Amino acid sequence: MTRQTTKSPFWMGCRDAAPFLLVVGPFAVLFGVVATEAGLNLLETMTFSVLVIAGAAQLTGLQLMVDQAPVLVVLASALAVNLRMAMYSASLTPHLGGAPLWTRALAAYFIVDQSYGLSILKFEQNPGWDLRQKLAYFWGTVAPVCPFWYVFTMVGALIGTSIPESFALDFALPICFLAIITPMLRTRAHLSAALVSIVLSLLFAWLPYNLGLLVAGLAGMMTGAEIERRTEVTHD
Amino acid sequence: MIDQTTLWTVIIGIGLGSYLFRFGFIGIIGNRPLPPWILRHLRYTAVAVLPGLVAPLVLWPPATGGELDAPRLAAAVVTVGVGITTRNPLIAIIFGACTLYAGLYLAG
Repeated sequence: MTRQTTKSPFWMGCRDAAPFLLVVGPFAVLFGVVATEAGLNLLETMTFSVLVIAGAAQLTGLQLMVDQAPVLVVLASALAVNLRMAMYSASLTPHLGGAPLWTRALAAYFIVDQSYGLSILKFEQNPGWDLRQKLAYFWGTVAPVCPFWYVFTMVGALIGTSIPESFALDFALPICFLAIITPMLRTRAHLSAALVSIVLSLLFAWLPYNLGLLVAGLAGMMTGAEIERRTEVTHD
Repeated sequence: MIDQTTLWTVIIGIGLGSYLFRFGFIGIIGNRPLPPWILRHLRYTAVAVLPGLVAPLVLWPPATGGELDAPRLAAAVVTVGVGITTRNPLIAIIFGACTLYAGLYLAG
């Protein structure tokens, strides 16, 4: 299976990432639709998806803007959702850090949940892979996912306002987020972080400017980190 | 609805910030090791922020004027339940959406 060519890691990556299209496609459509319903035009919606390529952060930012939260709160909350990208970057560095700067700069842009998750798993299973093979696999995981993020955002933006109210699209975002989060609750630390976040966001919902979410998020992170430290669970 | 200046500030801000997160370590820090406590916190950001964002939307949905709504609550519970059992986001979304529509239909 593991032929020593660069072509085969690329195709392995494509094959491994292809099923994620079933999640990424609808999620991108959702963003396109919700953004259009919030009043964004095609250019604004597409720029959002191309610059950020991270659905959860995009939808968080959008939801808070619709709630009329102040810019700083919108930015802080959406960026907090994307802080995990820093962890992905840190964790890929030992594997891809040897690539030329422009390659790293381009690869960095394409670090998303799917490309990271698949790549790091594969790199750990194949410690003998060289940089070329690792990069090829990484690009393989990007190919079936990222271009479709743009395409399906556009599909969503184009069908946008034609979706009738009876579809209760307001609740698509909570359902999507819940579906994404629950499989992540693998350990007691993850579960506790989520529970603390839920309780505090409800308790502090009265705070102005959606600051309750920041309180809940920070406390959740600290809870997760502290429980991990105490139980010394080695993760991933 | 959304002010243009706000919108573009947010789009560019999140885009730039996210890129810096992505590029930060692989591009700048290189192979220097990170303090473990930072990595520990980074690991929990998604599970700490997203539930807090969703919880009020589930209990007090803006679409019903903030009134607790049985179909939406049921959809959320089913999504979480299926998500935890199957660990498959897509299946959880399908079950959640079906519950929501069934509930809305039953509620008239």
